[in-house]
Amino acid sequence: MSMQYERFLSKTAANLAPSGIRKFFDLAATMENVISLGVGEPDFITPWNIREHAIEAIQDGYTSYTANAGLLELREEISNYLDKRFNVKYAADDQIIVTVGASQSIDLAFRAILNPGDEVLIIEPAFVSYSALVTLAGGIPVPIATSAENGFAVTPEQIEAAITDRTKAILLCSPNNPTGTCLNREALTAISQIIIKNDLLVVSDEIYAELSYDGDFTSMSAIPGMYERTILINGFSKGFAMTGWRLGFLAAPRELIQVMVKIYQYTTMCAPHMLQRGALEALRNSRDQVENMRQHYWRRRNFTVQALNQIGLHCHTPGGAFYVFPSIQKTGLTSDEFAERLLLEERVAVVPGNAFGESGEGYVRLSYATSIDHLQEAMNRMDRFVKKLEGTHHTLETVK
Amino acid sequence: MVKLSAEELNILAILEEKHHISNESIAMQLNITEEKVQQLIQKLENEKIIVSYPTLIDWNKIEGKETVVAMIDVKVTPQRGVGFDEIAERIYRYPEVSSLYLMSGTYDLSVTVEGRTMKEIALFVSKKLAIIEGVISTTTHFMLKKYKHDHVIIEGNEDKDRRMVVTP
Repeated sequence: MSMQYERFLSKTAANLAPSGIRKFFDLAATMENVISLGVGEPDFITPWNIREHAIEAIQDGYTSYTANAGLLELREEISNYLDKRFNVKYAADDQIIVTVGASQSIDLAFRAILNPGDEVLIIEPAFVSYSALVTLAGGIPVPIATSAENGFAVTPEQIEAAITDRTKAILLCSPNNPTGTCLNREALTAISQIIIKNDLLVVSDEIYAELSYDGDFTSMSAIPGMYERTILINGFSKGFAMTGWRLGFLAAPRELIQVMVKIYQYTTMCAPHMLQRGALEALRNSRDQVENMRQHYWRRRNFTVQALNQIGLHCHTPGGAFYVFPSIQKTGLTSDEFAERLLLEERVAVVPGNAFGESGEGYVRLSYATSIDHLQEAMNRMDRFVKKLEGTHHTLETVK
Repeated sequence: MVKLSAEELNILAILEEKHHISNESIAMQLNITEEKVQQLIQKLENEKIIVSYPTLIDWNKIEGKETVVAMIDVKVTPQRGVGFDEIAERIYRYPEVSSLYLMSGTYDLSVTVEGRTMKEIALFVSKKLAIIEGVISTTTHFMLKKYKHDHVIIEGNEDKDRRMVVTP
């Protein structure tokens, strides 16, 4: 007798949309000589001093559990870091949790605040897991589509129009994955007024905070009136080049932290002890290296934006992260077609924009977390690809 | 000592990593014109801030080009009026000498010598270096393996990209 597994599966889980990136990954992974601009993580390896600290921690026998919220010593460093870098004050003992990556932080946040049917506003194009995490926590994701005309920044009017009496929170991600868009202090202040007026919370994904290029990054939590309404998500993955370590942290008002710690202790217990000790070194002695990586990304951003605009794939200059989000509409192809043909014909991997929500259709995401040599070669290939498409296009028109 | 602009410092950072890069690429990376890049590099070269653009070659991979390198600690008697400079010059004029530094500590000059065989280097030390007036003693260390040179790891595998092709 063959098993009918469908009846065993959770409907919520089974009905989650598969990640649009997954199928593309499967195709790209089988091919050789691919230049990948599809990678959502740094090309840098974690700085050596941080790695060495984790190695020492293993040698010294730091193999036990830690407190659920993480090593107090590490939370104290995080507290310092948040204060010094972003001018926001969180108490180490009861306002910070060390998590297994920013994604888990977001999961904890939604599980702690959502009741069935509560709505969460998600600004699209958006990182692939936000909607799924809202759904898994019993909430309803409500997408707000942004457009290239506004540089993919959400406007206060758009937020206001999407609010209902079920709206509980809004998820903001700045600098943004996939668009690279940064919300400056002025934009955040305008949004904060709507949030306060409508008595909402903000889950603020600031994982790319270290990677902002035009002026200082502002944390949502530093905006007047927002500290008490913000669940601040950050971590080591992007700025410190520590994606595989799976170490993040979140900071929030203590009443929210209490509930999140409770969920965390039942689901995860704590983040790996030896890696937390490595993270201590990241916060204490890696400022120069973080800044050096940021400089590299900044130069690559400038290069990539100019090259794409020269090719004729228009894109705005993103203020942060390591992504550009050019329009491919002039090619007449859909995002999926463009990405698939570019991969098959020129061996350059990019991610179709619609993987990040419907409003990403007509765009592709390029990650410039790769060397200038690779970027140069990828741009040459893309130029050839676009010229070829234009050639075909013209021929068709003449035939007509 | 001179104070450089952010643009000049960025150009140095790019060139230090890789010197055969086009001015066009540098201009695009820094959002400035190619002419400006050309002009700034010229200035940095004129001021001898950019001293040279050496290429790191692993000669030992090439048949018939095997190279032996020795680092020689040299104790010398400094000379009245010119200190170490005159004796240093008499040493660095030899083409076999690839680098020469004045050091603090138990010896004075650190001389790097390249040759095709150990014998060739031994001959250089005994016939040329040791007999220079003012040289008191030499200690020759042959280099057995080069792990890292000028920030470049010679046989490392860290430049291998271990990331998955596409990730969110």
